[in-house]
Amino acid sequence: MSAEPNVRTLTINGEEISARSDQSILEAAREHNVEIPTLCHLEGLSEVGACRLCLVEVKGARRLLPACVTQVAEGMEVTTHSPKIDRYRTMILEMYFAERNHVCSVCVANGNCELQDLSLKLGMTHVEIPYQYPQLPVDASHPRFTVDHNRCVLCTRCVRVCSEIEGANTWGVMGRGAQSLVITDLKQPWGDSETCTSCGKCVQVCPTGALFEKTSVGNKTRKHPEFLPYLRIMREGEQP
Amino acid sequence: MSDLKTLATVWLDGCSGCHMSLLDMDERLVELSSQFTLVYSPLVDRKTFPDRVDVTLVEGAVASEDDLKKIRKIREHTRVLVSLGDCALTGNVSAMRNMCGVQPVMLRVYEQNVVQPQVPTVGVPALLNRVRPVHEVVPVDVFVPGCPPSADTIYQVLSELLAGKVPTLEGVAHFG
Repeated sequence: MSAEPNVRTLTINGEEISARSDQSILEAAREHNVEIPTLCHLEGLSEVGACRLCLVEVKGARRLLPACVTQVAEGMEVTTHSPKIDRYRTMILEMYFAERNHVCSVCVANGNCELQDLSLKLGMTHVEIPYQYPQLPVDASHPRFTVDHNRCVLCTRCVRVCSEIEGANTWGVMGRGAQSLVITDLKQPWGDSETCTSCGKCVQVCPTGALFEKTSVGNKTRKHPEFLPYLRIMREGEQP
Repeated sequence: MSDLKTLATVWLDGCSGCHMSLLDMDERLVELSSQFTLVYSPLVDRKTFPDRVDVTLVEGAVASEDDLKKIRKIREHTRVLVSLGDCALTGNVSAMRNMCGVQPVMLRVYEQNVVQPQVPTVGVPALLNRVRPVHEVVPVDVFVPGCPPSADTIYQVLSELLAGKVPTLEGVAHFG
């Protein structure tokens, strides 16, 4: 029997709250209706802290910490919104738009895009950072799906869902920094992949138009990442 | 910001969709026209940009030598410069050629698979190698995202300017 109590008391934006010791700051905050913006986080997948949009101030920490991968602790004092944090978040968002070629007007995800939604939510109206215009490939070799690297934000949701839910491990990441690419198998064309089961989960969890079904015409296609928690619950129910 | 009387609209490298959206304000145009005088625009006949304009709406990205010359002159003679729509704000479709530079585009359009290949050089402005959003070239006062921004959004911007406010579309409009 553990002597350690399972409950931690901390403050978020000055408000005292209780959380389970295994919860992240993000989980605890959302449970108490404190909104923290996220992009790589998705209910039902593991956390990687890749997008940095959930950065928060923790008193005593010398740098901002990603709320999704920081566990709550007794007496922690968390600030989720301040002029400094808001400025950083907008800057991060601008970096996403500047790093690759996000042309909303001609994108299949226009109107159903989490990156676009975030720009509205965080009040970003234009990008001060110079656009990079990299030359990036589009792989349409799969009979049903396409990956357009111009629109990828490297959140790795596709990598995680393929590994953690489908168990196929088709998706991976190669390269470093801005040169990183999500790849299928050993950077083989997606259509030639022997591991891909064509389940389409990666497409459904992709927050932008980077992964899309070829039947998507115009921008009327909604994605459905909300199936994940249910899938998880169903599977856990099967465990002995 | 008070006493705004003259309005100009400019069409750089864009599809004119933002101007269509402007016209889409319908009867509200009548209301606005009693408060603004449209002194320069693709919609009126004046050929030279006036010396002093209170508000200029710019549609389109800066893509040619001519755009560059125009936007510098416009900035110099405008009190409130408004970037209207995604091309002015991000480069949008106009800037998609930045991924490969201007030469491959010219080659593809005017030389490959063409009966009489020739790159036009007379009577047309030279294209810049890189298409740029307006605010990368001159300071911009108001940013209006959208492809195109809706008539409601444009109406809101103009109404707020008339009321002496600097409009902000933060949390109201997004790209696309």
